[in-house]
Amino acid sequence: MSCCGGKKEVLFEKEDMCIDLAQLKPVLKKYAGKEGSLISILQEVQEIYNYLPLEALYYIAEETGINPTKIHGVATFYTQFRLKPIGKNLIMLCQGTACHVNGSKLIEEALCDELSIKEGETTEDNLFTLSNVACLGCCSLSPVMMINDETYGKLTPDEARKIVRDIIEEEKVKKGA
Amino acid sequence: MKIVVGQGSCGIAAGANKVYAAIEKALQSKNVEAELASTGCIGMCYLEPIIEIIDNEGKKETYVQVNPDIVDEIIETSLIKKEQHEKFSISQEDANILEKQERVALRNCGMINPESIDEYIARGGYEAIEKAIKSKTPDEIIEEIKISGLRGRGGAGFPTWFKWNAAKQSVGNQKYIICNADEGDPGAFMDRSILEGDPHSIIEGMLIGGYAMGATEGIIYVRAEYPLAIVRLKIAIEEARKKGYLGKNLFNENRFDFEMRIKAGAGAFVCGEETALIASLEGERGMPRLKPPFPAQKGYWQLPSNINNVETLANVPWILQNGGVAFAAMGTEKSKGTKVFALTGKIKKGGLVEVPMGIPLKEIIYEIGGGIMNDKSFKAVQMGGPSGGCIPHHLIETSVDYESITKTGAIMGSGGMVVMDETTCMVDMARFFLDFTRKESCGKCIHCRIGTNRMLEILTRITEGEGKDGDIELLEELGTKIKEGSLCGLGQTAPNPVLSTIRYFRDEYEKHIYDKKCPAKQCSNLLTYSINSENCIGCTLCAKKCPTNAISGERKQVHDIQQDLCIKCGKCKEVCKFNAVEVQ
Repeated sequence: MSCCGGKKEVLFEKEDMCIDLAQLKPVLKKYAGKEGSLISILQEVQEIYNYLPLEALYYIAEETGINPTKIHGVATFYTQFRLKPIGKNLIMLCQGTACHVNGSKLIEEALCDELSIKEGETTEDNLFTLSNVACLGCCSLSPVMMINDETYGKLTPDEARKIVRDIIEEEKVKKGA
Repeated sequence: MKIVVGQGSCGIAAGANKVYAAIEKALQSKNVEAELASTGCIGMCYLEPIIEIIDNEGKKETYVQVNPDIVDEIIETSLIKKEQHEKFSISQEDANILEKQERVALRNCGMINPESIDEYIARGGYEAIEKAIKSKTPDEIIEEIKISGLRGRGGAGFPTWFKWNAAKQSVGNQKYIICNADEGDPGAFMDRSILEGDPHSIIEGMLIGGYAMGATEGIIYVRAEYPLAIVRLKIAIEEARKKGYLGKNLFNENRFDFEMRIKAGAGAFVCGEETALIASLEGERGMPRLKPPFPAQKGYWQLPSNINNVETLANVPWILQNGGVAFAAMGTEKSKGTKVFALTGKIKKGGLVEVPMGIPLKEIIYEIGGGIMNDKSFKAVQMGGPSGGCIPHHLIETSVDYESITKTGAIMGSGGMVVMDETTCMVDMARFFLDFTRKESCGKCIHCRIGTNRMLEILTRITEGEGKDGDIELLEELGTKIKEGSLCGLGQTAPNPVLSTIRYFRDEYEKHIYDKKCPAKQCSNLLTYSINSENCIGCTLCAKKCPTNAISGERKQVHDIQQDLCIKCGKCKEVCKFNAVEVQ
């Protein structure tokens, strides 16, 4: 468990990214002694790191006394939680009924093709993660996708491709600047 | 002068925030004095973004499908020249849609600023709870709800007064009232719109319920996918507390204390089930348990708890203010009041509609919804989402009430109404819903966990052209067994979309299995693409776009698709400008 010799900062295996466990302390303090707060704790932890690092889960277990298997069970039961980091832009593609009827599968195919990833995966450059979601509740604009906080409605496969390309262009400009 | 911008999630998705910003800028640059305000969803999603300009005499002009580019023009005409800008005004036909509705649960949606408690109070808000605490006993309130005939709007349609009474009868010092705002049904957004558009009505409904059953704490379990609803609820709770509608000794009557908090769900459809929701509130995996004991006896932390749906609670203050009799005057004998539906799919005018129970489906689809998109023919309407079923064309006169809908094999459910036309494949639709419930099964009951997987495999096989003789019967058998062998509503209803489509569209299943054809032309494996030699002018566009080089032909010559290379992606049909690619 203490893979870094018990140091507070643990090296993240993939990208030499450090996760700072000290950031967890205020969250755990806030919910200390409050029974049944595990989901809320995990939600706030995911807010901090954008995903649930394994180290953080073990740390929560140690501090709260909740069995690690239970934490893992809850973290994998709910779709909101992810155990892997996501790309810079999270594409949430709606797969609700209205979107399905209006061709969301074609949008998914176009996005997968454009980004060369499958649903649930992250692009190699870490720019995009594509994730199917059940319903975003904007059925009248179907098919719909949401990238970060922006919603794009009445999509066609070509438009979806263009939106993604535009973001890539923007990123390039930013990098260049 | 007041300008109101509809800023529900739909409106924002359609660009309402940008319109709001553009108006702000335009008012400044043109130096026009006007109050700019925001409101929730009015329900006409297909016209979003919608703005309303209300002059000092209260005269209202509605502009629809507004975009930032035309804001200047509208402000110029409407506010400076004081004329109506007809080009962007709502049409009479669209304006009439609201007239056909009966708004109880949605009474304030799109009318008030959801972030202002004063606007809610100005429309009679919090009067019902004040009246209740000051002059009614808990039993009188439950009696009023009983007279109203209000039934749960979340799906099952259980009488609300009965649940409240059970919780009241339960012995205990600490009781909870929980609002189920875990609206997970894909294609339904009634609850979201109420939470975003009129959060105080939920708070007031919970206060009334809490007072009636003796609960002193309210918890709203809301989907994490509804961030805007959470923000507005938080603001509403904070404002209600400041105004003294939450806290101790409410209305100085020394009879009732009430506190309230929000709990964000974490994305699990099964948490809409009462006992799973309670497990989730306690920080566990959301897995249902056997009932009894019912939550009214042993709920949250084993204490008496009552769970109501958002729309149910939104009706409560109205009933107390207008009387149970007035509510019962709407609807049918067994289904009283109104119901909100989310009208989506292949419909011209999709959005939220609230109608009295008992009106025919046809009226909702054709008179309010404006009929089928692109004037195609109506095939079926799906009601009740993954737990419901399809109502076919010949039953379009069905009255919208709990009993009549159940008789068709669908359910009222929470109110999702997805309209389908001739291009929707019913087998694919059944597959879609089953895929959803399969993923959402919590895994506790074997029938639900494994049975739905087996059903999905069969359906996938059928849509891929590998269907076998006996598949339909096997689906029926599995479906019946899953219904019998599952503990909670999810498993008990998961086969419904399949069973109901088999019931009404058996021929479509048979065509897939025996003729290897998809009549709706949706199942790509069952399609054959060919080029009509009369329409093809040999532009070569399709050949260029074909990812497998299956199309050959010289320039200005009729092209041909090589069937063994074709992967049926449909690119050629998409790009052909001469309607020369045919699908069979």
